[in-house]
Amino acid sequence: MSDIQSRRNLAYVRTEQVPAMPAPMSASGPVGWMRENLFPTPLNGLMSLIFGALLLYVVWITLDWSVFKAVWSGEDRSACIGDGAHGACWAMARAKFGQWMYGFYPFTERWRVNVVAIVGLLALVPMMMPSLPYKRINGIFLLGIYPILTLILLTGGHFDIGLSTWLTVGAFVAAIVIPILLLGFVAKIIEPVIAMVASAAIVAGVALLLIIMSIDFGLPFVETSKWGGLLLTLVVAVTGIVASLPIGILLALGRRSNMPIVKMFSVAFIELWRGVPLITVLFMASVVLPLFLPPGTSFDKLLRALIGVALFSSAYMAEVVRGGLQAIPKGQTEAAQALGLTFWQNMGLITLPQALKLVIPGIVNTFIGLFKDTVLVGIIGLYDLLLIVQAANTDQKWVAPQTHSTGFFFAAAVFWIFCFGMSRYSMFMERQLDTGHKN
Amino acid sequence: MSVTTGVDGPPKVAFFNDPKVRAIGIQAILIAVLLFFGWQIIQNTLANLEKANIASGWGFLDTAAGFDLSFTLIPYSESSTYGRAITVGILNTILVAFCGIITATIIGFLVGVMRLSKNWLVSKVAEIYIEVMRNVPLLIQMFIWYKVVLAALPSPRSAWSIADTIFLSNRGITIPKFIWGDGAWMIAVAVIAAIIGIVILSKWAHKRQEATGEQFPVFLTSLGILIGLPLLTYLALGSPVEFEFPEQGNFNLRGGVGLVPEFAALYFALSIYTAAFIAEIVRSGILAVNKGQTEASYALGLRPGPALRLVVIPQAMRVIIPPLASQYLNLTKNSSLAVAIGFPELVAAGGTVMNQSGQAVEIIAIWMAVYLTISLLTSAFMNWFNNRMKLVER
Repeated sequence: MSDIQSRRNLAYVRTEQVPAMPAPMSASGPVGWMRENLFPTPLNGLMSLIFGALLLYVVWITLDWSVFKAVWSGEDRSACIGDGAHGACWAMARAKFGQWMYGFYPFTERWRVNVVAIVGLLALVPMMMPSLPYKRINGIFLLGIYPILTLILLTGGHFDIGLSTWLTVGAFVAAIVIPILLLGFVAKIIEPVIAMVASAAIVAGVALLLIIMSIDFGLPFVETSKWGGLLLTLVVAVTGIVASLPIGILLALGRRSNMPIVKMFSVAFIELWRGVPLITVLFMASVVLPLFLPPGTSFDKLLRALIGVALFSSAYMAEVVRGGLQAIPKGQTEAAQALGLTFWQNMGLITLPQALKLVIPGIVNTFIGLFKDTVLVGIIGLYDLLLIVQAANTDQKWVAPQTHSTGFFFAAAVFWIFCFGMSRYSMFMERQLDTGHKN
Repeated sequence: MSVTTGVDGPPKVAFFNDPKVRAIGIQAILIAVLLFFGWQIIQNTLANLEKANIASGWGFLDTAAGFDLSFTLIPYSESSTYGRAITVGILNTILVAFCGIITATIIGFLVGVMRLSKNWLVSKVAEIYIEVMRNVPLLIQMFIWYKVVLAALPSPRSAWSIADTIFLSNRGITIPKFIWGDGAWMIAVAVIAAIIGIVILSKWAHKRQEATGEQFPVFLTSLGILIGLPLLTYLALGSPVEFEFPEQGNFNLRGGVGLVPEFAALYFALSIYTAAFIAEIVRSGILAVNKGQTEASYALGLRPGPALRLVVIPQAMRVIIPPLASQYLNLTKNSSLAVAIGFPELVAAGGTVMNQSGQAVEIIAIWMAVYLTISLLTSAFMNWFNNRMKLVER
């Protein structure tokens, strides 16, 4: 008994739990992480070493070229020629930076591009942040007012709108307004008052647009052949993006339509543009499109490229949207019909919001593809970012062994930042909009 | 509104509210608009062509071209016809697409598997590769290959070589040339015979397995037949194929087949760019197979190898192959960017013809017809494949 008692009081028998020891060095901290993730087996360790060396080598080459051996300042090519100059010629990039951004846009008028860029950013950033309010007003501004503002600021406005233009536009407006009035007063599908108001609004809107276009704001005219660099790249990309979405949605609806001719037309249109490379579309827009127009009509080169890009990208967009439409169960449409919604009400309120939400990654991927594809307009002679960085090599003041590589590196970096940013934003939006209960 | 609800029969609807009538109306308007624009376009084009003194039609294809092409698979000279030049272009497109597809698939599968590796560094390297290559336009990559990397390679005199058989220099890639001797066609016959033999063998092995349950090592046997039969023919005929290895001369590489730098740049850029997309497809395909599938196959007693081969990969392939085919199609279409660096594929060769002859409408029609044929064939194949691989549900 006393034996047990004395044993309890022995100094080496613990009476309370020992606090847990920290994990050994080899299983925690950086060392443990490395054992776990880099060297779990000998073969894996070897792979880590090989790929680590490869990664270090590539990073070293890039840094060495673009930072350590680079020439940062200089007045002309002499700075980038010689024994020490095996790196990027940033001196040239600094001298050419304005041209790379604005192209041949007149130096004194560059503030107009800056205004367009700043206004666009100020409107776009709140639009892209889901938590901020006033989305509807902002959307109307971005899609309705901003394009006109951009057009007037970039070109200078004061378009020469003659009688023939008024008559042509008038004919188109009449082609839209007369059916609306007929539907209102003869067929009585639309309320006559609404038909009147809508017609008046369309006529007034178009007339206002034409008048604004022809007002002289005192801005010198800058023809589109002077636009270039990142400005031109962004103009082509944004126009293509904005035009592709509505046309693409219409084509996707057409492809799923029960009307055989509408369906056939949509399928043929989509498959035609999707089946051919963009470069042939651009050649067609620049060479053959003028042939399609009445003899004597001249047509802006940039506008031709924009039409080609818009047609091409809307075909791709149509397929993406169609994927979304197919994923919406038929019950949604049937429920909408049971509630008495018309086709467009169903599409606008029920089906399309769900379908478009599903295909946001696809839509953004199309945007990224389109943005990268804008470099092709250089092949038909528009001075986009890629063509203008190459133009530096023909400048006697700056031609040097590293001119090409510096320009390409700069262009690649700009495109990478835009595309990578877009893809990350799409991932963010995907998480934001994921209200489903899949997992 | 003249809607009356009769006691007998459905409610009468005004005719313009009848969906059938509306559908006919909308389609009639669409046809009218299309016909109007089609007619306008044809009239304007004819008028414009007449004004520019260009005779429309295909007669120009027989005219002598008068320009040379830097890379041809079939005999071509300045005195060949425009039609021949375009044929050269089509063959070059097919060549670069074929080589690019094979290389892009190999790199893409490797990087895709690396991206899933448990090794942090390996997966990061794969991720960096994918994110960099996907987000930089192909044309810039092509220019970097052409004007920066290939231009910086050593001259032919000090060309880099792989075991003195493949040489890389600023004049492009030089590979050994095959010289077909007498009876070399027998080797081709042997390859075809081997393929037929393999098909018969696998059918027989399948039947035997269904009848007796015994498996036959089809893959190894097939590989043996495929390599062995042509090799035996080659030896039996007394080595009819010889290789002409390139040799380094003072100013140029002698012998062998030279692939111009334009080809090399296009080929590298296309393969490496498309591989990044293929890698993502492979990754998502493998991730798409439910983990339960692997576990269930283990529970059935399959070892890891057969579980991967018989359960996981067939299901992953169902997800992988459709987007893979569209990437192959993209690669083929992207090969048209060669026009920017002057490799004479379809668009570049056709563009030269267009500039010289002025037959823009015809050339663009040829371009579109060729690319559309390729893409329609691919989508026909995809439909066939999807029907074959479709999950058969109850």
